[in-house]
Amino acid sequence: MTVRKYLVLAGVAIFASIGDSLLSRGMKEIGAVPFSRLQTLIAALRDPWIVGGILFLLGFFAAYMTALSWADLTYVLPATSLGYVLLALIAKFLLHEQVTMLRWVGISLIAIGVSFVARGPELTLHAHPHQPVEPEMAVLQEDR
Amino acid sequence: MRHAYTWGAIALIVAASVTGDVLLSRAMKQVGDVDHLRQRSGLSVVIGRILRNPYFMLGIVAMAVAFFSLLLGLSWGDVSLIAPASASLTFVGNAAAARFFLHERVDRRRWIAAALIACGVAFLAG
Repeated sequence: MTVRKYLVLAGVAIFASIGDSLLSRGMKEIGAVPFSRLQTLIAALRDPWIVGGILFLLGFFAAYMTALSWADLTYVLPATSLGYVLLALIAKFLLHEQVTMLRWVGISLIAIGVSFVARGPELTLHAHPHQPVEPEMAVLQEDR
Repeated sequence: MRHAYTWGAIALIVAASVTGDVLLSRAMKQVGDVDHLRQRSGLSVVIGRILRNPYFMLGIVAMAVAFFSLLLGLSWGDVSLIAPASASLTFVGNAAAARFFLHERVDRRRWIAAALIACGVAFLAG
């Protein structure tokens, strides 16, 4: 794992939590959308908080796709779940929400889970025919 | 009955999310390391390869199904149940699906991590 790869994983977690926070902030301003007035969702696309949230979520998707190109799904998902911890910290210190004892227990469990998976290898190397290996991956696997 | 609908929506969200994650992961493994590829051939080649991959397109469709199932679920049940329940179950479902469909080596370390994080996400909603 290079520093650049750690930065991509951090990007997945950070972009997702900031994007979700911005969407949440925007939708709270807009209020509940009943099924009879779904056109309100289109109008929501003009809200600056929603636009910001979508831009961050596009950044999340780009970083997520990049990470999946060189790491297992069962490595990327736990490694980036630190975003949940980040979201709780944003809620506590920026949005001044109350973080209960139960939530701190949840944050600790996630942090322990992440430390478990982060110490293992990020990619399963395949030598059987179930998963076709493209030329680029073959070169990479020979490098390892 | 409403309760059954809510859990039905959660099941749909989890199934669609796991399907989407597995398809997108398979697509990106076929595309190859995008950092390497971009340095060698340029960003437009990378984007072209991703968009032409059928697994990527199917993955996007599955993710869209998951998103609309979430909207549907939220009209029947509370977000405080649906969001953590679907996120936790998706973690465990992904570990199983990655083992069977992507042939990833999901060892004890990864199972424990998935279980701890699934519990942690459920606690965060508490």
